[in-house]
Amino acid sequence: MVELKNVQFRYKKKRVLFDNLTLTLYPGFIYGLLGKNGAGKSSLLKHVAGLLYPNSGECNVFGYKAQTRNPEMLQDIYVVPEEFALPNMSLAAYVKTNAVFYSRFNYEQLNSYLVEFELTDSANLSTLSYGQKKKFLIAIALATNARLLILDEPTNGLDIPSKSQFRKIMASALNEEKIIIISTHQVRDLENLIDNIVVLEHGHIIFNRNMAEISEKVAFEYNLAGIPDDEVLYAEELHGRKAGIVKNLSGHDSRVDLELLFNGIIKDAENIDKHFTNYSYEY
Amino acid sequence: MEFKDNQAIYLQIANRFFENILKGKWTSGDKIPSIRDMAVEFEVNPNTTMRTFNYLQDKGIIYNKRGIGYFLADDGLEKTIALKKEQFVEEELPVFFKTMSLLGLSLDDLKAYFSKYSNN
Repeated sequence: MVELKNVQFRYKKKRVLFDNLTLTLYPGFIYGLLGKNGAGKSSLLKHVAGLLYPNSGECNVFGYKAQTRNPEMLQDIYVVPEEFALPNMSLAAYVKTNAVFYSRFNYEQLNSYLVEFELTDSANLSTLSYGQKKKFLIAIALATNARLLILDEPTNGLDIPSKSQFRKIMASALNEEKIIIISTHQVRDLENLIDNIVVLEHGHIIFNRNMAEISEKVAFEYNLAGIPDDEVLYAEELHGRKAGIVKNLSGHDSRVDLELLFNGIIKDAENIDKHFTNYSYEY
Repeated sequence: MEFKDNQAIYLQIANRFFENILKGKWTSGDKIPSIRDMAVEFEVNPNTTMRTFNYLQDKGIIYNKRGIGYFLADDGLEKTIALKKEQFVEEELPVFFKTMSLLGLSLDDLKAYFSKYSNN
């Protein structure tokens, strides 16, 4: 479990970023961390990985205080950052030097992921494209069998077939023990993979809900003509028509349109969230 | 798989199951692929395919043998047909009838089209 409790944080001399931020993440789920640029997504992920320390409050990962960077905790965390620098060495050599930090590292798994992503471990890292490097890091992340995976924009730079392979690999990797946090702007790539949507805005969590709950409570319409105003929670112009989020009164679960949902939350989280209150969804 | 716009993903996957059953690809007593295999095939979260399996189990179309997997029920085909018929009558037919009346088509007009279709 990952638990942030009343986290207060500011970068030196800057205004407060996190003010009393509380968030709990449970094993067995993929969390989609969404937010505009500068909302605090990366800072939040850095707290979880023990790379930034809260000014006050706590950040606990599997029962350890993240900032103590206990080796037991660290071998259970793998972070694939959005930007990274890899040394000038072969894939195999890089794996060899990093695998030792993860007691459950599995070479067989790694090789199958590398095959899937069409990477050869004799190649030199410096000859790989950005997308190939990213796929390499994702393969390592999964092969570590770390229980907490933090993936920052994992589909950036991936070509179309690789995105599909990425989704397949993630679908097969999730189990009851794992917590996977994916921070992304590419919601279309990942909307069917995510269990829970967490939206961060100005350092606050303004929305945190399960996809099943969302599809039961709201629906997404691409032509709002004829829908009574009091059923519309959010509307926007789309190709000359009005699209939006409406109350789901049909009794059928809707398909969640993450892009529309995100736009609605950013514009008016309160109005949308109001429709969810006093409602809990049990898996 | 390309998903349609308005139906929850787990139900769209259930429809794919129904197709397999109606086409006879899966027959009574067949072991069907696992929750995880299905998640990988459709590139969705395994929690989503779990909802598909729960839904089909609730409808009595598949059943679970603990530790072995999921199987198509003996009357899985009959139940699928009944369920799809109900959906057809309740959801598709009203839309169809509405279009018919908008275009001024009568039941007799349809008969002519239907016999043409049947002959092909």
